[in-house]
Amino acid sequence: MEPDLHDIELSVNGTTYRRSVESRMLLSDFLRHELHLAGTHVGCEHGVCGACTVLLDGHPIRSCLMLAVQTNAQEISTVEGLSADGGKLHPVQQAMHDHHGLQCGYCTPGILMTMTAFLRENTAPSEDEVREALSGNLCRCTGYQNIVDAMLAAAETMRASMP
Amino acid sequence: MTTRYFGAPVKRNEDHRLLTGQALFIDDVELTGMLHVAFLRSQVAHARISSIDVSMALKRRGVVAAYTADDLGAYWKPGPLLVPPPPIAGIVFNQRTQVPLAKDKIRHVGEPIAIIVAESRYLAEDALDDIVVELETLPAVVDIEDALTASSPCVHDDLDSNVSAHVRQTKGDYRSAVAKAHRILKRRFRYEHGISSPIETRGVVAQWDARGNQMTIWDTTQAPVFVRNGLAAMLGLGERQVRVIAPFVGGGFGPKIMMFYPEEVALPWISMRLNRPVKWIEDRLEHFFATTHERGQIHDAEMAVASDGRILGIKDVFLHDTGAYDPYGLTVPINSQCTLLGPYVVPAYDSTFTAVFTNLPIVTPYRGAGRQHGVFVMERLLDLTAHELNIDPAEIRRRNLIPADAFPYKNEIIYQDFAPLEYDSGNYEPVLDKALDAIGYAEFTEREQPKLRAQGRHVGIGVACYVEGTGIGPYEGAKVQVQANGKVSVATGIGTQGQGHFTSFAQIAADQLGVDVTDVDVVTGDTDQFYWGAGTFASRGAVVAGNAVNEASRVVRQKALKLASDAFECSEDDLIIEGGKVSIVGIPGKFIGLGELAARANPMRGAVKPGTEPGLESTQYFGPPMGATANGVHAMIVELDPLTFDLKILRYVVVHDCGTVINPMILAGQIHGGVAQGIGNAFYEKLSFDDQGQLLNASLADYLLPTALEVPRMELAHTTTPSPLNPLGIKGAGEAGAIPVGPLFAQAIEDALQLKAKHVELLEIPLSPSRLFELTRKAPGA
Repeated sequence: MEPDLHDIELSVNGTTYRRSVESRMLLSDFLRHELHLAGTHVGCEHGVCGACTVLLDGHPIRSCLMLAVQTNAQEISTVEGLSADGGKLHPVQQAMHDHHGLQCGYCTPGILMTMTAFLRENTAPSEDEVREALSGNLCRCTGYQNIVDAMLAAAETMRASMP
Repeated sequence: MTTRYFGAPVKRNEDHRLLTGQALFIDDVELTGMLHVAFLRSQVAHARISSIDVSMALKRRGVVAAYTADDLGAYWKPGPLLVPPPPIAGIVFNQRTQVPLAKDKIRHVGEPIAIIVAESRYLAEDALDDIVVELETLPAVVDIEDALTASSPCVHDDLDSNVSAHVRQTKGDYRSAVAKAHRILKRRFRYEHGISSPIETRGVVAQWDARGNQMTIWDTTQAPVFVRNGLAAMLGLGERQVRVIAPFVGGGFGPKIMMFYPEEVALPWISMRLNRPVKWIEDRLEHFFATTHERGQIHDAEMAVASDGRILGIKDVFLHDTGAYDPYGLTVPINSQCTLLGPYVVPAYDSTFTAVFTNLPIVTPYRGAGRQHGVFVMERLLDLTAHELNIDPAEIRRRNLIPADAFPYKNEIIYQDFAPLEYDSGNYEPVLDKALDAIGYAEFTEREQPKLRAQGRHVGIGVACYVEGTGIGPYEGAKVQVQANGKVSVATGIGTQGQGHFTSFAQIAADQLGVDVTDVDVVTGDTDQFYWGAGTFASRGAVVAGNAVNEASRVVRQKALKLASDAFECSEDDLIIEGGKVSIVGIPGKFIGLGELAARANPMRGAVKPGTEPGLESTQYFGPPMGATANGVHAMIVELDPLTFDLKILRYVVVHDCGTVINPMILAGQIHGGVAQGIGNAFYEKLSFDDQGQLLNASLADYLLPTALEVPRMELAHTTTPSPLNPLGIKGAGEAGAIPVGPLFAQAIEDALQLKAKHVELLEIPLSPSRLFELTRKAPGA
């Protein structure tokens, strides 16, 4: 059987990529192994753990539950794009460092993407709201407490820098 | 040595790479010409293999090779026994270790049968469907009690039963304890621990370099040095020809120290055979079968007590499920046997276990490593006794604690590290007091709970004590080197999976050498950077490798001071090492940078004194005589919905003593994570097998890891009783959070639902809303 190839053009972190991909290729595999943006991690490949979360046109999605061909003409953001400007950490990344919100760091990129999108929508969340938003991302190391604290702190930092 | 960093909540050196997506994890290894490997795994638990035909698979586009056990030839061998049985009199141990590919017989679902190598993982998985396997299915051995009946099929045909091991250990005379006893309580307890389920699964990449005669293996292992040694021997290479790199590893928790997994054995062999780099990354479904579990024990335990609730003796007979093979020896059941004794005075102990082969995935240590099972039995026996004798559950624990003046405390039995089970140091009562105080035990039980109950709310409290044997030998080492740029390099042989070693080891070296903690670059898990070591397990990294780092740093410090004193022609006593340089006290302008000293210590020309070692570096080793024993108390207040059995944790307190603390921020993280895994074990995670050995919930949608909604905010406090067994006074902490959560849940739920009045006892873990529904419905009078 010959591979079933499709030409796609998409933007990832502001860079345009044109590639020919097999229809069955997962977006997660495409990002990691075709575009070499390996910061997006794969934990379960069935949409539960959230490690592979990226933003599609600004909204968090599981890149393991989407095919690369479906992203034709769309915009994707990954962890590599979060601190692009001169290497300064995004407030959510900085807060994760300050509050020890990561241990092995494998689930971290997915959490960063989920929560940056959430904190854009909800600029002053309660702890319960942060936990609810975080509940689609599994972390096996931290017990979540420091991540929750990091997100509450990041929200405050982001509010303070709002115009 | 100044202690600028030791003991401080220093932020982690490794975070930046992890936060920006730049850390190298195993699946990020991309090599030119790399091929991808998929394994055909058994879908049945017990069968004889009649035939395997890979010819169709080889015809598929993109497939490069296909292998079965026969293709491996003499390379096919059962794996090594990782931990031989400890020297206990009368021990029975039947060693049956896992094989690289099933040859004649299949012994658990997921056992690999054949290998496909292809240009992509997609194509390799396609080709798995082309392999034709004929099997003669056999009845599966699943239940550990049935497994020991005469009519049970045998997992290993060359044994006449499913007994993997039989061990009895005793202390004192249990019979005389019975004779003196006021009451004897006897119950049957079941405790199942689940799977570690790190968010990163396992993976192996192997690259044979035929020109350089060199093998490089990237492996998600917790023990790179032993993987190198073992694979070198198997492949007919010298250790120096094999480099094993454990890159950033996305969580381990025990099962990643198991070796050799079939994939670790197969990939290097394939790479040599094809002269191409090869990669295999475990998918989540494979992880449920191909990575080791912990699972269950059944204890028939009894406790003889005096009328005041003091323990006179304990007798325990238990069965342990070891799975299809027993490569990790007796570590898990011996931990259960030893840790049952806990922080209590137990004058007489008679404990016997039988480890049982089943047609289920292999059991090896997972965070706690059997300690949970023992602690559950002890803590539940104390709760039952307290109820019988009308003593408060916290009070009965206090009465039985080992007194502070009794250390070192000898338990007279043998621990997993082959040393006598001896607690090095401890002061247990203040830990209990602090926990009771923090949770407001008296206030809750005397005032708050009655008030809430009157409002119709179902709230309950629990308190559980435990000890944790940590920091066992044999040894670890570290090489500390000042580089010409003034930065310090620290290399050790252990692997790291999120424990913060890049920071805690840097803190130790930074204090000794007077540099900024961010100027210390720690390398772990690369056998070319550090040759010797045992691995990261049994909460030992900080204790054993940490002390080696300290010693090597101390020697480098002495070398730096000596060189500087020669250069300045002054006494070492007049020198101070700080800010990355050595200065003369009181003369601020008079200094030499550490980098400059390092360069001077490696002269290009001229003569040196006899015995001179070049460079500012030292390699030192540390091996403790035995493990250091940490201890702790967890307390919890829960509320249950009496109709749905939905559970909400209102308060969770941990008070812990792990000796001297290197980094309290990292320590808190370890405790948080351990408790979260304990909560999963106690109430959410259960491996559900059917009677044919099929795992019915092999997905993260069905096997429930706790989320941010199930894990509460935790309140932590510490006491500090340094260990006398190492210069830094450290005890391990990696497993502490996970150990006592099961009995804590049982106790608090019984209290919340007032189950004693309904004659319901919670004698098993995991519990769940549905299990509570079943147990309370079955109760007499319900």
